Amino acid sequence: MSDERRPNRHMRLTLRIWRQPDASADGGMRTYEVEDISPDMSFLEMLDTLNETLIERGEEPVAFDHDCREGICGACGMVINGQAHGPERTTTCQLHMRHFSDGDTIDVEPWRAAAFPVVRDLVVDRSALDRVIGAGGYITAPTGSAPEAHATAVPKPAADAAFTHAECIGCGACVAACPNGSAMLFTSAKVNHLNVLPQGAPERESRVLGMVEQMDAEGFGGCTLTGECATACPKGIPMPSIAAMNREYLRAAAKR
Amino acid sequence: MVRAVRTVLTMATATRTPAPQRTPPGPPRRPGLVRTLWGSTLGKKAVMAVSGLIMLAYLVAHMLGNLKVFFGPEEMNGYAHWLRTLGEPVLHYAWFLWLVRVVLLAAVVLHGVSAYQLSRRDIAARPVTYQHRRPRASYATRTMRWGGIILALFLVWHILDLTTGTVNPRGQAGHPYENIVAGFRNWYADVIYIVAVLAVGLHIRHGFWSAAQTLGVTRPGAARLFKGGADVLALAITVGFLSVPVGVMTGLVD
Ligand code: HEM
Ligand code: SF4
Ligand code: FES
Repeated sequence: MSDERRPNRHMRLTLRIWRQPDASADGGMRTYEVEDISPDMSFLEMLDTLNETLIERGEEPVAFDHDCREGICGACGMVINGQAHGPERTTTCQLHMRHFSDGDTIDVEPWRAAAFPVVRDLVVDRSALDRVIGAGGYITAPTGSAPEAHATAVPKPAADAAFTHAECIGCGACVAACPNGSAMLFTSAKVNHLNVLPQGAPERESRVLGMVEQMDAEGFGGCTLTGECATACPKGIPMPSIAAMNREYLRAAAKR
Repeated sequence: MVRAVRTVLTMATATRTPAPQRTPPGPPRRPGLVRTLWGSTLGKKAVMAVSGLIMLAYLVAHMLGNLKVFFGPEEMNGYAHWLRTLGEPVLHYAWFLWLVRVVLLAAVVLHGVSAYQLSRRDIAARPVTYQHRRPRASYATRTMRWGGIILALFLVWHILDLTTGTVNPRGQAGHPYENIVAGFRNWYADVIYIVAVLAVGLHIRHGFWSAAQTLGVTRPGAARLFKGGADVLALAITVGFLSVPVGVMTGLVD
């Protein structure tokens, strides 16, 4: 980065943001100007800056979801310039303004999917993903004190695979990026995470059958293997995850 | 008996008040295999994959058979006759051919119906498009639906042309060689075939690797094989089928 980028507060941006007062109202893109944006700010801090000026002017601030601001809760979904979470493969809270240039126009839209109705502005209702988890994304075990760690041996490859899939934060970027509004990558991450582990084995079949059934019932589209989901996923859930769930599903359907 | 055991286990392991019993007790009954598969997006996709692979296997055989045209009328027409006597004396004349036709018809119908139903669903699942558009997916991926429709229309024309002979300028049963040559002397027949063959090539390029993933191929080695196989198959089918109209157009087949 060149020295003329200091002092830090110097970017001036034009934002076109989807504004929609509530779920039933019509929405549209509105244009805003923001100044004094530092390249070290996160995208959400840039939106905070905009909201401060909106509040000063007596206008409604832009509603957006956020919680951890450290890339682990999955709340901060929005589509930036047509890409889920913007140009970098990370969450919006971890996207920094240095990836944009002074004078840029940036389009910001909510996740678009029939299963994710817009609540307000950039906030969508992602509870469909919770219901998919509720249909089998858990193991049934007696609660109480933690079990002895060596009681169940987990082979190293299985542990690695489970960790890869367990990284999914349920952000919904895969659904937002998919031209079919499909939740296959999310569901496959959740199914595989438990199905590769011995702890998940007793419910291996009912888990995949139940979660896929719920996924369909929520109105998500089917998979046409375009790969947009895995390209957008901030946690690097890979495409073969989907093929692995397909296999689990066909196996379970045949076994039932 | 089973129920009694389950109750005991629950009491022995639960640390909190057990959840209220579901009525009726026991796991919920699930629909049968066919209903499960046809009723889910994953299952329907598997039907599409299997029916697509059946059609693909046929296309490979069909393409290789067509190359007989380069060895003259006797060999081509003799081959066509042999296809009808195949399986005799166990099978009656042309029964083998009809068997193949029945399987293919089932495959086309299942493939088309699942493609239609899944596409409707996919479009409904993304009702609002993004204002900021950007290029998506590969050409082969984006043309699966239109390509499929082109193929369906082509199938009708192809059967009327070289099976029933209805739209063929010669249309003489038992003389495929002469029918092919007569047909491809028309520029519009050439255009129709070339467009259809290019469409099928693209369709296979995305379809073959897709089918492998739909049916659960995950090992990296196998995945590479299927991915590469899709390109090889698509190219072989395209070049093989194209060679016939090109052969007639250039006078190589006469
Ligand atoms: C009746 C005309 C046809 C229609 C309407 C049609 C339509 C479709 C559609 C919409 C898809 C899904 C595309 C996607 O996943 O994005 C598909 C997949 C496929 N098609 Fe076709 N197609 C037709 C003919 C054929 C033929 C002649 C073949 C044989 C080579 C074929 C082989 C395949 C295969 C192997 C797949 C992949 C299935 C999967 O994704 O698992 N199709 N077709
Ligand atoms: S699979 Fe990736 S993109 Fe989809 S919800 Fe999980 S973390 Fe987000
Ligand atoms: S706010 Fe938690 S992941 Fe972005």
